[in-house]
Amino acid sequence: MENSKMPDSRREFLVRLLEGTATATVLMVFGPGVMAHGPETGGTERADDADHKYAYIIDVGKCIGCGNCVRACKRENSVPTDYFRTWVERYVVREEGVYVDSPKGAIEGFEQLNKRFRDNIKLSRTVPKMCNHCHNPPCVQVCPVGATFKSPEGFVLVDRDYCMACGYCVQACPYAARFINPVEHKSDKCTWCYHRVKKGLLPACVTVCPQKARLFGDLNDIDSEVSKLFEADQWMVLKPEMHTDPTCFYIGLPREVV
Amino acid sequence: MEAIGLPGGALVNYIFPNNAHVTWSIMIVIYPYITGLVAGAFVLSSMYHVFGVKEFKPIANFALVAAFSFGLFAAMPLLVHLGQPQRAYQIYTTPHTTSAMSIFGYVYSSYLVLLMIEIWVIYRKVFIEKANETVGNMAIFWKILCLGITTYNPESAHFDKKLAKFLAGIGIPWACLLHGYVGFVFGSVKAVAWWATALQPFIFLSSAIVSGIAMMFLMYSFIMWRRGQGYDYALIKKFIITLWMAFILDYALEVLEIAFVGYEQGAHWAVIKPLLMGPLYNSYVLGQMGILSLGPLLVLGIASLLDIKDKALLYLGNLGSLMLVFQVLVMRFNVVVGGQLISKSERGFVDYEFEFFAKEGLLTAGIIMVAPFVTYYIISRFIPIFEGKSMDTEPKRASM
Repeated sequence: MENSKMPDSRREFLVRLLEGTATATVLMVFGPGVMAHGPETGGTERADDADHKYAYIIDVGKCIGCGNCVRACKRENSVPTDYFRTWVERYVVREEGVYVDSPKGAIEGFEQLNKRFRDNIKLSRTVPKMCNHCHNPPCVQVCPVGATFKSPEGFVLVDRDYCMACGYCVQACPYAARFINPVEHKSDKCTWCYHRVKKGLLPACVTVCPQKARLFGDLNDIDSEVSKLFEADQWMVLKPEMHTDPTCFYIGLPREVV
Repeated sequence: MEAIGLPGGALVNYIFPNNAHVTWSIMIVIYPYITGLVAGAFVLSSMYHVFGVKEFKPIANFALVAAFSFGLFAAMPLLVHLGQPQRAYQIYTTPHTTSAMSIFGYVYSSYLVLLMIEIWVIYRKVFIEKANETVGNMAIFWKILCLGITTYNPESAHFDKKLAKFLAGIGIPWACLLHGYVGFVFGSVKAVAWWATALQPFIFLSSAIVSGIAMMFLMYSFIMWRRGQGYDYALIKKFIITLWMAFILDYALEVLEIAFVGYEQGAHWAVIKPLLMGPLYNSYVLGQMGILSLGPLLVLGIASLLDIKDKALLYLGNLGSLMLVFQVLVMRFNVVVGGQLISKSERGFVDYEFEFFAKEGLLTAGIIMVAPFVTYYIISRFIPIFEGKSMDTEPKRASM
């Protein structure tokens, strides 16, 4: 029997099998499936095209560190214990360095500062933190399946029906705003209370702030408070060196804040 | 923690609340480790198959089968790590191509298929012989493996040899891609100061080759000892020299990376220095860069340069290889876990404790690490991996 030469039909079959595999691979990688479940990284141009262009402004000088926002967020979004979608940090700047703490994310506010650090304080501030809903979000870039995406209005969101919880987004976020939810085993983060905003409400943390230190609004609405503050151009962002282009802006941010 | 040795002028250790948990732990440590063993073993097998280094002929097929055995389990730690492992297929169906991780599925699977085809081509003759020799169910098994072709002639042998060389040829860049790619997954994360370096793919690749060669040396010497067949000292010498040279390159890259970051005195060094002087001092400074690197450099250097022969050569080779398989394992730990010990607050370090019985604990890691060796053993019961007869199948072994 001569086996070294393949019969034509078998050769043809193998060639077709190879062609089929190559076509299927190309279609899977670049085909319609990729776009089936969420927008691409996109970002700015999509946001500009949208009806709304949301932004979040935190006035550090107004925050009193009461922890209302942290509690409201926990209740609104069922955030598991020991994990935070938002938290508040206390910065105490002294001659010899910086004291920072955030006991349990400041869910119960802050106790009086330890005697050791109480004297000779140069500056003391409480600084709320959360997802920065970046224009150029590294978490969206690195998600291997596209479960994390940026909505046209500027929300960075996680498709919980698609996330496989690899944790790459957790690593990529410079702000530690993300975590793997230990109950659902999926990536979790602040959504700016997307479910509330879509109903015309404000994010839970904004509604409960007694000092109006947290503001949320539409930059496309020139009369909105956030638009006016944004236009005043006195804001800063966290970790600008990361070039993530946050849409969470801080007013009166001390340079010691990371 | 005491304020001494904290970055960013911190008076107390402050970590962001969400940083208290190390997201990527032991599973993600052994994932690049196993992938590295695959790449290293393959490169070693290609020394003969592609470059025709004659001394490596006795282990060319062995290294290939070992690479395949490790390859089968390279993605297992990832699956165990995933919070939603049932969704792992999505990386094939909807890869998000802006992600460095997204084409891992394709790179890994295609490499595994390449390995499988190469082993099949090399062992086709054996499969055909077995199909013709055996009867019953096993005959069906072998016939399926031969795809129904039960004759083998010089022309087929010639074609198979050419195809094997071609596959091994494209397998080298593929193996480099597989492991360099793993390095890129880490190196491209700008948010983690300890990972973010363009050298990361090269460091991962060179350490992969080192760990692969060292593991092959240990396995070879163990198998030869079990078989009671006698050692090929020309091979062992070549093995040691190759390993030594590969490690010199690897170590040079590792030193270069840290020397560069240190000399640059940039933003990263502000957190990396206290990391290395604090939480990673034992595992990085003393372990990875100290004892586990200088030891093998010395031991393998002596074995390579001096006129050392026979058992002494074997012992030095084993000692150097043993230190190197641990050096690379510790290096993977220092990179993967070490990077996450720097809180993104840049003012403190995360505490990491090993877990044993947890889903991603040491026990699971141990089982996954043992699995390739068991697989290799099973495969070796079916196909001849080394030439010559094993003495351990004889009723009475002279050495026992």
